[in-house]
Amino acid sequence: MDSLDPVILARIQFAANITFHILFPTISIAMGWVLLYFKARFNRSGDEAWMDAYGFWVKIFALTFALGVVSGITMSFQFGTNWPGFMQHVGNVAGPLLAYEVLTAFFLEATFLGIMLFGRAKVSNRVHTLATFLVAFGTTVSAFWIIVLNSWMQTPAGVEVIAGKVHVQSWLAVIFNPSMPYRLTHMLLASGLTVAFLVAGVSAYRWLRGDRAAAVAHTLKTGVSLAALLIPLQVLVGDMHGLNTFHHQPAKLAAIEGVWHTERGAPLLLFALPDEATQSNRFEVGIPKLASLIITHHPDGEIRGLNEFPNAHPPVAKVFWSFRVMVGVGMLMLAVSWLAWWQLRRGQLAPWLQRGLVAMTFSGWVATVAGWYVTEIGRQPWLVTGILRTADAASTVGSGMILSTLLMYLALYVVLLASYVSVVFYLARKAAPAANLEGAQP
Amino acid sequence: MNAELWLPVIFAGLMALSMLIYVVLDGYDLGVGVLLPLGNDEERDAMIASIGPFWDANETWLVLGVGLLLVAFPMAHGIILGQLYLPVAIMLLGLILRGVAFDFRVKAQAHHQPAWNLAFAAGSLLASLSQGVMLGRYLTGFAPGAGAWGFALLTGLGLTAAYVLLGAGWLIMKSSGQLQQRATRWAQWALAGTALAVLLVSVATPLASSRIAAKWFVLPDFLLLLPLPLISVALFGLLAASLPRLAARQRAGQDALCWLPFACTVGIVLLAFWGLAYSVFPEIVIGQLDIWQAASDPEALWVILAGAAVVLPTIIAYTVFAYRVFWGKAGKLSYS
Repeated sequence: MDSLDPVILARIQFAANITFHILFPTISIAMGWVLLYFKARFNRSGDEAWMDAYGFWVKIFALTFALGVVSGITMSFQFGTNWPGFMQHVGNVAGPLLAYEVLTAFFLEATFLGIMLFGRAKVSNRVHTLATFLVAFGTTVSAFWIIVLNSWMQTPAGVEVIAGKVHVQSWLAVIFNPSMPYRLTHMLLASGLTVAFLVAGVSAYRWLRGDRAAAVAHTLKTGVSLAALLIPLQVLVGDMHGLNTFHHQPAKLAAIEGVWHTERGAPLLLFALPDEATQSNRFEVGIPKLASLIITHHPDGEIRGLNEFPNAHPPVAKVFWSFRVMVGVGMLMLAVSWLAWWQLRRGQLAPWLQRGLVAMTFSGWVATVAGWYVTEIGRQPWLVTGILRTADAASTVGSGMILSTLLMYLALYVVLLASYVSVVFYLARKAAPAANLEGAQP
Repeated sequence: MNAELWLPVIFAGLMALSMLIYVVLDGYDLGVGVLLPLGNDEERDAMIASIGPFWDANETWLVLGVGLLLVAFPMAHGIILGQLYLPVAIMLLGLILRGVAFDFRVKAQAHHQPAWNLAFAAGSLLASLSQGVMLGRYLTGFAPGAGAWGFALLTGLGLTAAYVLLGAGWLIMKSSGQLQQRATRWAQWALAGTALAVLLVSVATPLASSRIAAKWFVLPDFLLLLPLPLISVALFGLLAASLPRLAARQRAGQDALCWLPFACTVGIVLLAFWGLAYSVFPEIVIGQLDIWQAASDPEALWVILAGAAVVLPTIIAYTVFAYRVFWGKAGKLSYS
């Protein structure tokens, strides 16, 4: 049966694990810096409300971090079990990069996390601030190395291939490969936006429930301002990332835009059902020439179509739609955050907008995961573009074994995800001391 | 000097060091997890408080150990973890459950707390057992048959007993009052189990593998190796003699030497680990691959070694710092 093909199963299992895993680092990377910001505001002003904000969000940070650690351990085992060919062919690049991530980042964040969480009474305020900084720094260093590796898999550079095996010629070229600066910035901003909407959403939730603690007002404003500040940057960087993809991974870009045949003046498709069988789109709705204008900066610019990459282009519909989900959520973020920022400046948020923020608490997850699907599925059929095909790296572990463990992981992840989301809102409800409640509903 | 010869040896050493540190550090916190159901509500909080600031970093040593296996001996990583696919999956399930239960048990709604406590204990037990089974499967070279699997089950129970002993020793050191006294009793039970397991594994390993037997029972190596079992026996004896005395002194309110059981257990783990490493070296997949056949290219190993030489001492320094911050008896876990 085709659906039980071990390569497909290994991919689904890896995708399930890495999708679950990325949710938590996406929060903890930027949350570390947000906590440091709360701490710095307290250090400067002595305003206890900032420390209350720290105290509340550090709990969510601890929970998030724990989920990131344990789901990350899974990854360190599955690199080898699911993709033995990966290290065999590109180990000279991947090995050192992964080792540097563990050595320079994992220990730093995990060790100082203990002091950051439970050490406030044990060390001076200065050391506690330093511990907070080191945790935030560690999460970011970790993101740096793994994005370097992922970007190198997308746009390899600095190596020569001898008998199917890569050998490094220049580490600088490997690390600063063509897509790395864009992907790293894009991901860090995604993390910032995810946290901004998480903080804004949970704060709006507390506010809606009548929690009038000063910390809630502080964090609501922080979340909304951060979102309003980062979203235009993200649009800009996303556009630059797209141009980079156009130059280095044209097959992925063709799938994103749904361009089956090389064309000039390609429309920006708002809706379409890409069909692999007929090599065309059904029910196209598009804005004429806009895709060419955005990507080539010329209304009649040429976009290479999927026809130029026979048997070497990604599945189109998945990439096409993941991209639209990501951009759609991004546009919604832009509208909501700017409107909320505007209203906050003039006074208070309208209740409907508060509810909107609550609904968008985890919107960053949707956009981030959709974005990763674009970039990862968009790289197929390659594991390392032009060097190693995914199918050639897969393992020999039997499909029965993969399927049964996959089901186990999926069941576990559903339970954990539901628990996580419910506990975040439960902590928000529990945080309100009775004295702060101004009636049940504002 | 030939780098292709000694680089794999260095990396085998680094990997063994990470695994050893992992077994000691995560060993005590897994052991405390296995013991959790034996405590009452108040004791449970104290038990978890004693490991709270450390467990994240402790588990990172596993990531480093497996990471080094992956990057320095990729062929061995594929074979070993392919063979251990099921116990690894069960171990990961256990580690995930206990890692998240740690936070969920204090943050989730009160009526969910018993379920998360159970998840914490069950996860710790699953992880300990499956790590021991993995060790047993590894030592037999993944041999088929009921005998080899029986041996793996034995090492599963043995490693769990050793973790419980580490955990009980940790609690004796980090707690006081009634919990400390109960931990002393738990340590006595775990001691018997650990001693039995170490004895059985020591006897069974050379019987199961003529190659390992040949490495031990040959002169003069045998005489040079003799201190290993002899010191182990002495440490077991010291533990057996000191635990009841410590218990009596604790009842009298004296707490000197509370670190002794933990230190002795760490000593036993060190010796057992050294014995196993001696048995296996220089093979990495027993009967199939040695470290030189499995090693990555020297070019990759050089790059990693340069980083490790700078960063590993730093890691050890700040790990020591973190342990010093939380030195002495564990207080209540508090974010403020």
